[in-house]
Amino acid sequence: MGRLMTPADRTLAEILRRQGEMPALRFITCGSVDDGKSTLIGRLLYDSQALLDDQLSALRSDSRVWGTRGGDVDFALLLDGLQAEREQGITIDVAYRFFATERRRFIVADTPGHEQYTRNMATAASTADLAVVLVDARKGVVTQTRRHTYILGLFGVRHVLLAVNKMDLVSFDADRFGAIVAEFRHLSRPLGIPHVTAIPVSAAAGDNIFERSRAMSWYDGPTVMDHLETVEVTAESATRAFRLPVQWVNRLPGGGRGYCGRIASGRIAVGDELSVHPSGRKSHVRSLLTNAGEKRSAEAGQSVTVVLADEVDVGRGDVLSSGTGGPLVAGRISAHLLWLDEQPMTPGVSYVMRCGTREAGAIIETLDHRVDIESQETAGATSLVLNDIGYGRLLLDRPMACESYRDSRDLGGFILIDRFTHRTAAAGVIDHALRRATDVPWQELDVTKAVRARQMRQRPCVLWFTGLSGAGKSTIANLVEKRLLSLGRSCYLLDGDNLRHGLNGDLGFADAERRENMRRVGEVAKLFVDAGLIVLTALISPFRDDRNRIRAGLEPGEFIEIHVSTPIAECERRDPKGHYRRARKGEIADFTGVASAYEPPDAPEILCDTTGMSAEEAAAMIVGYLQEKRYF
Amino acid sequence: MTEILGPVPAGMPAAPAAERPADITVRRSRRRQGLAGGAAVSAHLRRLEDESIFLLREVAAQFSRPVMLYSIGKDSSVLLHLAVKAFQPARLPFPLLHVDTGWKFRDMIAFRDQRIRELGVDLIVHRNEDGAALHIDPAANPSLHTDVMKTQALKQALDRHGFDAAIGGARRDEEASRAKERMFSHRSSQHRWDPRQQRPELWSLFNTLLDPGESMRVFPLSNWTEADVWHYIYLEGIPIVPLYFAASRPVIERDGQLIMVDDNRLTLRPGERVMRRMIRFRTLGCYPLTGAMLSAATTLPDIIVETLSSRRSERQGRLIDRDRPASMEKKKEEGYF
Repeated sequence: MGRLMTPADRTLAEILRRQGEMPALRFITCGSVDDGKSTLIGRLLYDSQALLDDQLSALRSDSRVWGTRGGDVDFALLLDGLQAEREQGITIDVAYRFFATERRRFIVADTPGHEQYTRNMATAASTADLAVVLVDARKGVVTQTRRHTYILGLFGVRHVLLAVNKMDLVSFDADRFGAIVAEFRHLSRPLGIPHVTAIPVSAAAGDNIFERSRAMSWYDGPTVMDHLETVEVTAESATRAFRLPVQWVNRLPGGGRGYCGRIASGRIAVGDELSVHPSGRKSHVRSLLTNAGEKRSAEAGQSVTVVLADEVDVGRGDVLSSGTGGPLVAGRISAHLLWLDEQPMTPGVSYVMRCGTREAGAIIETLDHRVDIESQETAGATSLVLNDIGYGRLLLDRPMACESYRDSRDLGGFILIDRFTHRTAAAGVIDHALRRATDVPWQELDVTKAVRARQMRQRPCVLWFTGLSGAGKSTIANLVEKRLLSLGRSCYLLDGDNLRHGLNGDLGFADAERRENMRRVGEVAKLFVDAGLIVLTALISPFRDDRNRIRAGLEPGEFIEIHVSTPIAECERRDPKGHYRRARKGEIADFTGVASAYEPPDAPEILCDTTGMSAEEAAAMIVGYLQEKRYF
Repeated sequence: MTEILGPVPAGMPAAPAAERPADITVRRSRRRQGLAGGAAVSAHLRRLEDESIFLLREVAAQFSRPVMLYSIGKDSSVLLHLAVKAFQPARLPFPLLHVDTGWKFRDMIAFRDQRIRELGVDLIVHRNEDGAALHIDPAANPSLHTDVMKTQALKQALDRHGFDAAIGGARRDEEASRAKERMFSHRSSQHRWDPRQQRPELWSLFNTLLDPGESMRVFPLSNWTEADVWHYIYLEGIPIVPLYFAASRPVIERDGQLIMVDDNRLTLRPGERVMRRMIRFRTLGCYPLTGAMLSAATTLPDIIVETLSSRRSERQGRLIDRDRPASMEKKKEEGYF
């Protein structure tokens, strides 16, 4: 519909046209406490007129209450938005701010200087194009400067703007500036940071931020803003080979599947031949859906949906590639680790690893060394503690398609999560994959579960009995085991109470310990299933999520949940071990059904209502189920 | 009779929308008005869009029972548009949830119902019925009203349906404590946010592991600015509530703010009288708590130009944000979105 352009239309068209030519620069400020990070950003926001009237008046009133500048405007308060930060006058977490000049738009993250909050600095550094490293001209390069710079090198931040701040407090001394720059280059060069630009500034007064400093006529380089506006930070991901970590499988109306994800690198076009990793299957791109509708091609950074020409099995965590030389498929990797958790690293413990869209279990097999931040020298170590950087080898519980971090941030960066506390334990960058999947004993064993099961002439599975204490789980499980043995089956009963004397002897009955109890029994059951056995477990297992997690760790059909359902009044009447009596008296804390919840299964494979059948009848029913479903 | 200042754009209700709630026209700016200058969505907006869609898909893949908070405002409109894109041509894999405080503008509710019908998505409307029985006057007790009818109501709804992830449209440029929040933000089983213990968020990797009862708030628009939202609405032709466009509407002046008289529940204080003014809203919430601005901006280009040249921030019209220092952080810790 034709319509004349109004002045607003024309203004907007001009704004949008300019915006199209202005890719955003993501940068961070880092360095030690009080080197002036927040002040620098405040100055940039103020001088670029990104602050609005009500924000300025709020800043003035906040400065009177919280400020550290004797009632003058304290720019740090623009960013230190948390109450605790204002009260303590420190930065705890990253603040993201957005501003634009005529030439460019910026997303800036102000990061904490305290060593305690290094994990938050790492968060911001992982997505930065450029880092402004601030150094106090009076103090020079200090430990936190070294730590932050090391992390920048580790995370592949290629551009550093070294801002030597508070030049006014060293009488704008050119020699002092030169000495600090030399020291910093000595630090950054071995870390492989290719582009370092050094600028002497006074953030509080604005010298060499937007305006050239009259006091430092000896300096003839760019101002901070000149450099930020003009620095070229081209992403190399567009020119690399095509990689798409599959994020989500979309069921298309009318049949078929679309594989969704954000392209990590390269280009893709309709008709391209793609390989799926780790499976190695191949197909062609039939169609491609982008945010702007169906297109012939797409490139790195775009979120797309790919429809393949053939029915191939593709799921979340798989990686699609094109051309020759796909991603590495590894069961073992060597990597640098930055430890982020107060809980130190424990060798041999299984962490949850996330890399690309893949999740795997990972054990730190060996720790080769730890880096001394002061000297940058490496030394042998057996563990890593908070903020340590180390290098080691990780064993994965399944093969994973990945890349070295040098080649791909998306497929080479990973995190480790503590299974018990769910805290993010470490950030890692893959150095290289150590072996191909085919060499990894976890994956390609000559004697597999299937081979063992065939020899035993049965389908291995877990009969997971759950129910209140005294419901009859152990009684029924014992009867089932006897019947199975008499039928010539290979089976083993894991009894909850008995396991608590040995394997789980270190655990109590608090919720977290119950969960760990469950997890261990689940893992043991899984191993026995792998050994080809029919496993019976008899423990209360009160939490639905825990049971579902164990189910999820097994293959379909391997987890048979049996709810031994007995009303609590009946359990209490039976009270075979006297537990209820003691719980009622308060002698047992956290007793399920009395002081701790029991969550019954929503849809158990088998329901044994013991008020309507004897234990013998229940056992016969369970064995009947296994025969009917052809477990043997 | 009504007065209209300035040109009446196509699709604009002839009378102030407040007086004709049955006559809401969903405005598709591009189709009706033609796209000024034929501008395409810029590389900058496309990058934001790709990131948001990535985050939305991540929620669908990683949680067993996600929900999207739908507050009817412009940010929710953008979020809904992105969610439809993220999963097209399939249906949304999660429902929408609107927490109805009972004091939203009538135009908002009419717009909501029309959008839901058009898109065929599932919407859950939740109201804190116990709270409603207290008949809290939002104008007299803004903090209490917000706490009971918004924060508590949201927690009720999340608990009742067992949602483990709630997607919201909050942006980091809105407010200082939001500028600090992660895109995937953990909540305890009491829905509390602990700003001192946020999970690190490296690259595009999210630690989404939860204990039973815990949940995650997810903010796919974290890196969008107010200007980005308006540009995107314009370029993509996303329908928004008519209250964003200037029209002559009945208002009173109260505590330096213009408050629209949306129905007869607003009790006038001594000296207050209802006037008709050409106004629009920059954000939308409960009508007694949402300040209007005088404006002649009746088209999207007018609004965008006006917004970009404004010297006041967006949430300035929200009466609840500055009721005490660090008030947003406090509300967020307690479970407010």
